Amino acid sequence: MQVLETKAIEVTDLTVAYQDKPVLWDIDLDVPPGVLLSIVGPNGAGKTTLIKAILGLVRPAAGNVLIYDKPYEMQRRIVGYVPQRGTVDWDFPTNVLDVVMMGRYGALGWIRRPGRQEREQAMYALEKVGMEAYTTRQISQLSGGQQQRVFLARALVQDATVYLMDEPFQGVDATTERAIVTLLQELRANGKTVVVVHHDLQTVEDYFDWVMLLNIRRIASGPVAEIFTPENLRETYGGRVAFMKE
Amino acid sequence: MLQAQLEIQLIAIVTAVACALPGVYLVLRRMTLMSDAISHAILPGIVLAFFLTESLSSPLLILAAAGTGVLTVVFVELLQRTKLVKADAAIGLTFPALFSIGVILISRFAGNVHLDMDAVLLGELAYAPLNRLTVFGYNLGPVSLYVMGGILMLSLGFILLFYKELKLATFDASLAATLGFAPVLIHYGLMTLVSVTIVGAFDAVGSILVVALIAGPPATAYLMTDRLSRMLILSAVIGSVNAVSGYWLAHLFDVSIAGAIATMTLLVFGLIFLCAPNRGLIAIARRHARQRWEFAQTMLVIHLLNHEGLPEAEEESAIANLHEHLSWDPTFAHQVVRYALNNRCVLQEETQLVLTEQGRSMARQALVQ
Repeated sequence: MQVLETKAIEVTDLTVAYQDKPVLWDIDLDVPPGVLLSIVGPNGAGKTTLIKAILGLVRPAAGNVLIYDKPYEMQRRIVGYVPQRGTVDWDFPTNVLDVVMMGRYGALGWIRRPGRQEREQAMYALEKVGMEAYTTRQISQLSGGQQQRVFLARALVQDATVYLMDEPFQGVDATTERAIVTLLQELRANGKTVVVVHHDLQTVEDYFDWVMLLNIRRIASGPVAEIFTPENLRETYGGRVAFMKE
Repeated sequence: MLQAQLEIQLIAIVTAVACALPGVYLVLRRMTLMSDAISHAILPGIVLAFFLTESLSSPLLILAAAGTGVLTVVFVELLQRTKLVKADAAIGLTFPALFSIGVILISRFAGNVHLDMDAVLLGELAYAPLNRLTVFGYNLGPVSLYVMGGILMLSLGFILLFYKELKLATFDASLAATLGFAPVLIHYGLMTLVSVTIVGAFDAVGSILVVALIAGPPATAYLMTDRLSRMLILSAVIGSVNAVSGYWLAHLFDVSIAGAIATMTLLVFGLIFLCAPNRGLIAIARRHARQRWEFAQTMLVIHLLNHEGLPEAEEESAIANLHEHLSWDPTFAHQVVRYALNNRCVLQEETQLVLTEQGRSMARQALVQ
């Protein structure tokens, strides 16, 4: 008999549609605890939508999402979210430390203000991402890579168990990319589950241990070694993929 | 100063601050046009509630009109959500429709009461002290001071209580949603506050000026600071300055107070727009000019370094030939040399330019990057 294991994320029969146009068709996805999973697929495959559906930001037409066996609304505290960099206004009048402290707002709840403890947690997270020298910097003066590090620090202070990140490598330089990967692997080593929307097929095998291939429907998901095959990739990208496995 | 003058200025200040505070969030959410829409669309609400209460400052009127304001936001967003109409067009369609209903109601049914179009568009601050609040025969001061004071307290309370939530929902609505802070609720809370503020200010300053009070001071403050809390305080201060200086401008030229305050709002914005320390037009132009000189100086030292110690150095570093080698305008080349000499990056030895140690390291550093 098979033993039922707890899953960090369990998506069953999830369909998301805008009007009558399906963006995700009947997705099933089980993510065991402690893996570093990348969601890979062509543009318009529904990668961002899947993350948003897991977080309850878009309403599914059908299906269900569980985080450690409970609906998302009951598990907010243990889920950290890193949205795409371009979704916020970086001219907003605030500084780096302030943005990172926003990650503590969920634990603070309504009305209570962040204090010294939150400040210290934010400082620690900024050290983790190598941004401790920028605490009072206005956020519009940051480079793309620095903005991404700030977003990561903001997720780190949430001290979550499950992290969902939407294209954290987009538009960052090689140094930042390496720093982020190290950080992600450190999170996994500490037993966290990390799900990353990823664009670069070349690095999937180096960076991640699990992969989900997505193109509106789920093509395959599981350990990279089993799933990341030329056949599966061709099915995902419809033969348009220039990438060849050696 | 007469008591009436003092009271008018006090009403103007309180109104300006009450408008500036929620205005900060509208400016940051790129929704200032919504205040224009609300300020016009509340008219039918005001007229209908006026028929019921026969008073322009009854709390019921304020609530009914504010309800119309929130309804305007709902209409605009519903239109937008069909994706058949863009945001600006949705606003442009909604508020004239509601406003015209108000205009028709006034012209058809309210011809003989105090509710005329001039007052609607421009308001009349000068008359505000005439309407007094009297309790048991005691004269407690102008009604609109109490109305706007109450609204200001409401605004302050809302912002102080939900400062963190408003900031998060404005900066990153999706993070706010995932953390459970209901950004839609915060959005409509803010829109209700804006509607109530506009209705209250409407009586004193009319529907045009109220937009200047909401958009002007926050847009000005935005140019002066990098922190939300300071932007709120600065907006309140700038709003007050505009109100008082506008009042005295109107006094001096014997013109509409509301119009003069709107004029001052524009003038103060223009002044800061030009002179703000980092983001002002002048500061930006200066920065660009300095960058241009610094870049030219870097080109010069790199040119000198590249040919340093080589046989052609004498030819390449002759001051008279520089403009030809670098394809620069002769006057510009002359100015760059002077700039570099002043900064001690180069020394003049007879007709030649020679790099100093500082200039040499500057060139090497630039080449490494």
